[in-house]
Amino acid sequence: MSAATAGDAPAVAWETVIGLEVHAELRTATKLFCGCRNSFGEEPNTNVCPVCLGLPGSLPVLNKAAVEYAMRIGSALHCGIQASIFHRKNYFYPDMPKDYQISQYDVPINVDGWLELSGGERIGIVRAHLEEDTGKTTHVGGGGRIHEAGYSLVDFNRAGVPLVEIVSAPDIRSSEQARSYVEELRAILVATGASDGKMEEGSLRVDANVSVRPAGSGGFGTRCEIKNMNSLRSLGRAIEYEAARQVAVVQGGGEVVQETRHWDEAAGRTGSMRSKEEAYDYRYFPEPDLVPVDPGEAWISAVASALPPLPASRRAAVAGASGMDASSDAVATVVRLGLDPFVEAVAGGPGSRENVAAIAVRRLANEVAAEIDSVGRLSPASFAALVRMEADGSLTAAQSRTVLKELLASGGEPKEVAGRLGFEAMAAGDLEAVVEEVIAAHPEEWARFLAGEDKLTGFFVGHIKVATEGRANLGAASALLRALRG
Amino acid sequence: MATRISASDVAHVARLARLELTGEELDRFTGQLGAVLEHARDVEALDVAGVPPTAHPLPLVNVLRDDVVTPSLDRDEVLAQAPSVESHRFRVPRILGEEP
Amino acid sequence: MTAAGIAAAVRSGQRTARSVLEEHLGRIAAAEADVHAFNLVLHESARAAADAVDAAVAAGRDPGVLAGVPVALKDNLCTRGVPTTCSSRILDGWTPPYDATVVRRLAAEGAVVVGKTNLDEFAMGSSTENSAFGATRNPHDLGRVPGGSSGGSAAAVAAGFAALALGSDTGGSIRQPAALCGVVGAKPTYGLVSRYGLIAFASSLDQIGPFAGSVADAALLLDAISGPDPLDSTSLRDAPPPASARLGAGVDGLRVGVVAELAAAEGISADVVARTREAADALAAAGAKVDEVSVPAAVYGLSAYYLIAPAEASSNLARYDGVRYGLRERGDPGGAGDITDMYLKTRSRGFGAEVKRRIMLGTYALSAGYYDAYYGKAQRVRTLIIRDFAAAYERFDVLLAPTAPSTAFALGEKTADPITMYLNDVCTIPSNLAGHPAISVPFGCGDDGLPVGVQVLAPALGETVMFQAAAALEAAAPPAHVPVTLGGGASQ
Ligand SMILES: [Mg+2]
Ligand SMILES: [Zn+2]
Repeated sequence: MSAATAGDAPAVAWETVIGLEVHAELRTATKLFCGCRNSFGEEPNTNVCPVCLGLPGSLPVLNKAAVEYAMRIGSALHCGIQASIFHRKNYFYPDMPKDYQISQYDVPINVDGWLELSGGERIGIVRAHLEEDTGKTTHVGGGGRIHEAGYSLVDFNRAGVPLVEIVSAPDIRSSEQARSYVEELRAILVATGASDGKMEEGSLRVDANVSVRPAGSGGFGTRCEIKNMNSLRSLGRAIEYEAARQVAVVQGGGEVVQETRHWDEAAGRTGSMRSKEEAYDYRYFPEPDLVPVDPGEAWISAVASALPPLPASRRAAVAGASGMDASSDAVATVVRLGLDPFVEAVAGGPGSRENVAAIAVRRLANEVAAEIDSVGRLSPASFAALVRMEADGSLTAAQSRTVLKELLASGGEPKEVAGRLGFEAMAAGDLEAVVEEVIAAHPEEWARFLAGEDKLTGFFVGHIKVATEGRANLGAASALLRALRG
Repeated sequence: MATRISASDVAHVARLARLELTGEELDRFTGQLGAVLEHARDVEALDVAGVPPTAHPLPLVNVLRDDVVTPSLDRDEVLAQAPSVESHRFRVPRILGEEP
Repeated sequence: MTAAGIAAAVRSGQRTARSVLEEHLGRIAAAEADVHAFNLVLHESARAAADAVDAAVAAGRDPGVLAGVPVALKDNLCTRGVPTTCSSRILDGWTPPYDATVVRRLAAEGAVVVGKTNLDEFAMGSSTENSAFGATRNPHDLGRVPGGSSGGSAAAVAAGFAALALGSDTGGSIRQPAALCGVVGAKPTYGLVSRYGLIAFASSLDQIGPFAGSVADAALLLDAISGPDPLDSTSLRDAPPPASARLGAGVDGLRVGVVAELAAAEGISADVVARTREAADALAAAGAKVDEVSVPAAVYGLSAYYLIAPAEASSNLARYDGVRYGLRERGDPGGAGDITDMYLKTRSRGFGAEVKRRIMLGTYALSAGYYDAYYGKAQRVRTLIIRDFAAAYERFDVLLAPTAPSTAFALGEKTADPITMYLNDVCTIPSNLAGHPAISVPFGCGDDGLPVGVQVLAPALGETVMFQAAAALEAAAPPAHVPVTLGGGASQ
């Protein structure tokens, strides 16, 4: 992004540098280190045991499924998967039962990968490591704001839920790219089955490290970490706000202070969370209650070969089938919404041609995407039948859209729905009769058309459309007009 | 080589460890911790370059648990142990510091 | 009567578990006020457990290998529904909702838990004087300490309050009090006994182990509690070596090395050095091939230990924060203080001086800028110690060393100076750092007539040969001192 310069300062173009830290909750049945249920939205403090409450004498035992999910994520992000160990990160906070977090520190399970955005750019992945989640704190009084609250209440159901923290390289350059990164990462997490990727339920949480620098300069400015963004929209807004704030600080002759800042959605601004003089020193050391995890070649390759097709390769497949650009929004939408089986159904059918698949992609990215919650009523087979009716001229584009909406609203088969809506294909003779009626009704325009005024094609086609109440295949109608001109 | 611990070092670690010391305790602990660290000088002075650290006396790896739910504790029993409870949650005084 | 004898008599119906228990409760009633071995005596639940054993015997069911044996538990082992204090104010009012794995195994074998024994707060100490509930006294001389930190368990066995006891040993906390109280105490190989439910002091060093009146009884108890536990990731996965397998095998041909650096370590008193020498001679006389061996890095053990153990402790003890259980102190009755005030007040009032000292030492050893010089370096010294032991075990089957530098010292004698107190562990610490087993066996008396213990050390999982050598040492030992609480004299 090149942020606009402020005030009357000489025109320096500023570049925003963004690295994202995404915490994804894993979809295991149980927590990372104990057998308590990993489940969102239950009665407070019901999924707790000695281990996840940090009771004296309890010990952690690592969940194999969490390791496997972490490996799936690492594999999908093209990371090296390696032998790893856990550390303790020591700090006092009431949502942290042991007052330390068990997390992977200097030897994480996944390192050095990359993620390809739907636009084709690659963003580096520094690491994707396993760690445990904290409990959930509710602030009472002061409008729920932490610092104004009278006291707080803690529920430990979430404490110990497995997380994978995915740390990107500072390769992201705009708020749009940041959103695109999170969308792509979410799609990968969902595709691997490792996480449900629900930002609104907090199972996907994004922190952004933001700095600014003069465009083209090689160095990095001082970064701030932005927390508390609960949607893609707030992620974008927070980055925009923070970049502009930092540019203003620097242009005002100040220096950006490295700190954590809190995004205030209502106020639309980031604010400092810095407290008095508290210095953090996490005193990391190897977790003595756990032993190393060394998955080994066999497990790693088994995980890699069991991975489902990931968004980037699915986009390539849809693009290949439809002849559309793999980086186009329509292809990205189809894959993001998991609609590629519908494209496959069309592409794999009898008499399929590229333009049939292209029609399918457009219908999916527009009409189906708009009613995505109803997609369960639409089978790939009936969708494919509909698209073929449109491609062979039995339905006009407008009729096809109408039928599709009806299928999404109420289900059914396209032929039957089209018949019920009166969208019988017009016989060639019927169309010819309508065309002749229209010509007879507009002799003057017909004469000009015959004299070479081509733009009148649209005039006649429009009248044919009205006269047939949209049932005419308009391509066929204009072909007929040209044929009559000779 | 690290230097002998000062009173301000002790005050700093006490704060990190969430311990509140009186002036008398600060003096006493500074002397005692200094003496222990003095005793540790033989270890500090040792050349162990190239010697790997032992975090763990065991050669175990990959101790893993199947992802199977086991019963959680009874909530009433858990909360009965807590110094302060409200709405089935642990109640704590207001939090002023930032979340690390 | 030995624990094995009690179990045999109860299993055969010759004696009832209840009568055995009442006999022990009688000794507790007579002398516990003087000794203060227990934080809590469990009269009623012990009677219920004993009656259940007797009912099992009457019904023809197998009552377990420890049927009716009274056992005392160090009060850092979690017991469901029974207060577990670590002898600390900070756990005030806490009752665990679960049993430690060893507690479940004891129950499954028919043992009868008579009470929870006193310890140095959070197992930090060598005299059991650092207890929020007052010191335990040595049954051999009530003016002296029992050693520590498992002083209550050692005293309970020495005074006949329990036939067996469990303690925990992080730097010598079973072996040193065993030596000072004239009983057998063993620290198993790290990972042999599940730590689940043992309230952690230093996780990479802590092990639960047995106290008993004899080597055979210690082996019986260890075999009953050892073995893999899915709740402890650091418990060994394979079947444990049986401690009892070769108790009567003697030591003919066994290669025994006397550790030069420990046998003559700084501050070891002459009588202890002499008893260690005599122990070596006794094993030689029994057919062992005895020689001196050097374990050079062992001399760094104490310094390394006092960096590693406090570092782990500083993290393990962070959870005592007043949020979920135990003590909570607020700075102000009006409730205006924030959570940091609560942490500070709770932890400052809940922990004693020794615990605070070690938390601060460990916090410092891990803190930014000091990790490499202290914690990191100590972990490398640990590697050196393991290497030097490995070299020694190429030439020897077991090693011999003193347990404690002296016999039991007077109450209050070493409380003023932490370093003097820490020196008590100089001979026991290397085994914890290496994760190896070691056992202390009573071997005669010091110049003051009080018990002296000698250690047999073995490589990891060397319990079978270690107990074999220990049994031979026990058989060759001079007559023991009898505790005053059992009618013995103050000196020979
Ligand atoms: Mg994290
Ligand atoms: Zn749990």
